[in-house]
Amino acid sequence: MPDMREAKLKMQLQCPMPSLDTDIVTLGHGSGGLLTNRLLDKGVFQLFQNEALQRREDGAVLNLQGATAFTTDSFVVSPIFFPGGDIGELAVNGTINDLAMCGARPQYLSLSFILEEGLPIADFWKVLVSVKFAAEQAGVAVVTGDTKVVERGKGDQVFINTTGLGTLHPRARLGMPQVRAGDRLLVSGPLATHGMAIMSVREGLTFESAIESDTRPLNEVVWHCLETFGDGVRLLRDPTRGGLATVLNELARDGRLGLEISQDRIPVQESVAAACELLGLDPLYVANEGIFVAVVDERVAEPMVEMLRSRPGSSDAAIIGEVVNEHAGQVVLRSAIGGRRVVQMLAGEQLPRIC
Amino acid sequence: MKFLNEYRSPELVKAYLEDIRTHLTRPWTIMEVCGGQTHSLVKNGLLEILPDEITMVHGPGCPVCVTPLHLIDQAVWLAEEEGVILCSFGDMLRVPGSGKSLLEAKAGGADVRVLYSPLEAVKLARQHPGREVVFFAVGFETTAPANALSVIQGRELGLDNYSILTSHVRVPPAMQAVLDDEETTIQGFLGAGHVCAIMGLEEYEPIVRNYQIPVVITGFEPADLLQGISMVVRQLEGGQHILENQYSRAVRYQGNPAARRLIQRVFEVNDREWRGIGTIPGSGYRLRPEYAAFDAEQKFHRPPGRASENPECIAGHVLKGIKKPHQCPQFGKGCTPSNPLGAPMVSSEGACAAYYHFAQTAAELDA
Repeated sequence: MPDMREAKLKMQLQCPMPSLDTDIVTLGHGSGGLLTNRLLDKGVFQLFQNEALQRREDGAVLNLQGATAFTTDSFVVSPIFFPGGDIGELAVNGTINDLAMCGARPQYLSLSFILEEGLPIADFWKVLVSVKFAAEQAGVAVVTGDTKVVERGKGDQVFINTTGLGTLHPRARLGMPQVRAGDRLLVSGPLATHGMAIMSVREGLTFESAIESDTRPLNEVVWHCLETFGDGVRLLRDPTRGGLATVLNELARDGRLGLEISQDRIPVQESVAAACELLGLDPLYVANEGIFVAVVDERVAEPMVEMLRSRPGSSDAAIIGEVVNEHAGQVVLRSAIGGRRVVQMLAGEQLPRIC
Repeated sequence: MKFLNEYRSPELVKAYLEDIRTHLTRPWTIMEVCGGQTHSLVKNGLLEILPDEITMVHGPGCPVCVTPLHLIDQAVWLAEEEGVILCSFGDMLRVPGSGKSLLEAKAGGADVRVLYSPLEAVKLARQHPGREVVFFAVGFETTAPANALSVIQGRELGLDNYSILTSHVRVPPAMQAVLDDEETTIQGFLGAGHVCAIMGLEEYEPIVRNYQIPVVITGFEPADLLQGISMVVRQLEGGQHILENQYSRAVRYQGNPAARRLIQRVFEVNDREWRGIGTIPGSGYRLRPEYAAFDAEQKFHRPPGRASENPECIAGHVLKGIKKPHQCPQFGKGCTPSNPLGAPMVSSEGACAAYYHFAQTAAELDA
């Protein structure tokens, strides 16, 4: 996504770091006293300018109408900067995408930091600018927040929690009860990109790769799908931790339905497939941050894939399988050479702390 | 992916299957030695599409599975010692020891790190001169050269805080042990391709000659495996027993001489205990006396403790090919990858894990 990279770079240049008293985060920055206020005045409030935040009350007062989606997520990814993104972008996109999967337009976000003493202020600033960038991309306002600092060794650089609110699309009728046999399974892009991007920069692993995380906001493309196909879209999920295999297993189990997928239809980038092969990982279980799985009415499957393919970020969208009456609760994969096998849920952790 | 996709082609698979069917006149029992081959057979659904006359028996070629319990207990003990960084391949972490696994030790505060290369452990030892870095050197002949290299590097760098906990095993003595077992039904072998890429073919000649059994060194992709099976079947049907190389794109007769020299320099052959099987003469490697300073077993003296296997685990029978994983009463019930009773349910090369992850068809599960 060269356009997005360029836009982010531009924002970084437009938001130079203010001069603060120290180069590193100290316990005083989380004390609520003078240092906290300097950090807020010179830093946070300069970046996130909106009415609710500028009032500096104990909480934001919002005006929402109609059915509203509400979700929260915490982010502990290590390392905090990785190819294709950082923890700041991830923290915004992750929560926004959860709202989008509910059929909502993300409107408001809370932003909570737990910082480790000793974190370079420059790194914190970089993360803040990324949050601003991702929030603006998605058209969502950061309306409340918090910063705490823990002693060195009691945290790991930066942990972020975000909570999001957004009202539902009037035509959204999403949920397990809508799913029936004959519905098609779609993915909006190639699998395993985020997990392998993180893996390529982990300690103990030195392989050079150009794999970049796929972290991106999905709210706009999802909104467009709902606008165009309405209740033809039955269910949406973003296959983050545990990957596609885990999401599909949850669907099969909760809906007491069978799912069938074809290996040769599942999109995986060549470099990602090669890295998975090298490390003995199955792309079906590796985390994603910028794609969604959709269960859709058979009749809208083809037009929706066509629409997705014409948009940036989902040019590899594909129909990967369907919902069937047989083998309820099971996901069955047809291998490229014609064999069949059950796809199990991930046992244990394949990769820790990827989001 | 080049050099992989070609060997996953549905057309090629069909052609080799047809070839097997053409030559087949009666039932045959063939063992694939390597756990990587077992996984590929199961993952790609090949066991399902092979003719009924062919019985594939899964061999002991899973290094994690055959690592003896007392060494796992020793690794856990070392990991919990003050100042130790215990490094291991990821597969080893969940293998249950007598008390706990390395993963449980890690959760309890031990410094256990997953690495992909022993050379990363040498790097860690340089970065942390005040701590002891121990690499859990598990594997067949395939991982031995890199482990040997790490010891040579450690010596050249003058490191006195690096050592390896060796659990190296060799394939040919294990094949002989399988054939010497009275209960064996094996009539032909698919040899372990990656092991032979290092060691070459020579040491398999006596097995073929003495036991009059076909051995075909075979790769890991669907077309490799089916071609290997077809070569064994042709030999068996023709009353032949010769050593053949299906995996010629990776394996030369002399193997990899540079890698063999590294093994030779650092290790010597010894008798080894195989978990679930027992001691097999000449089936392992240990560090030569001149590298004793890098031998974790000699460097750290663990107080004697009793290693005890879970009595409900039949891993020994599975590893020798006498029982199939699903014939174990605990399979998928008391023993699953998230709660394993034995190592074959943990390792990415273990037969039980392969069956659990891939082999169950929906119909079997419904029943």
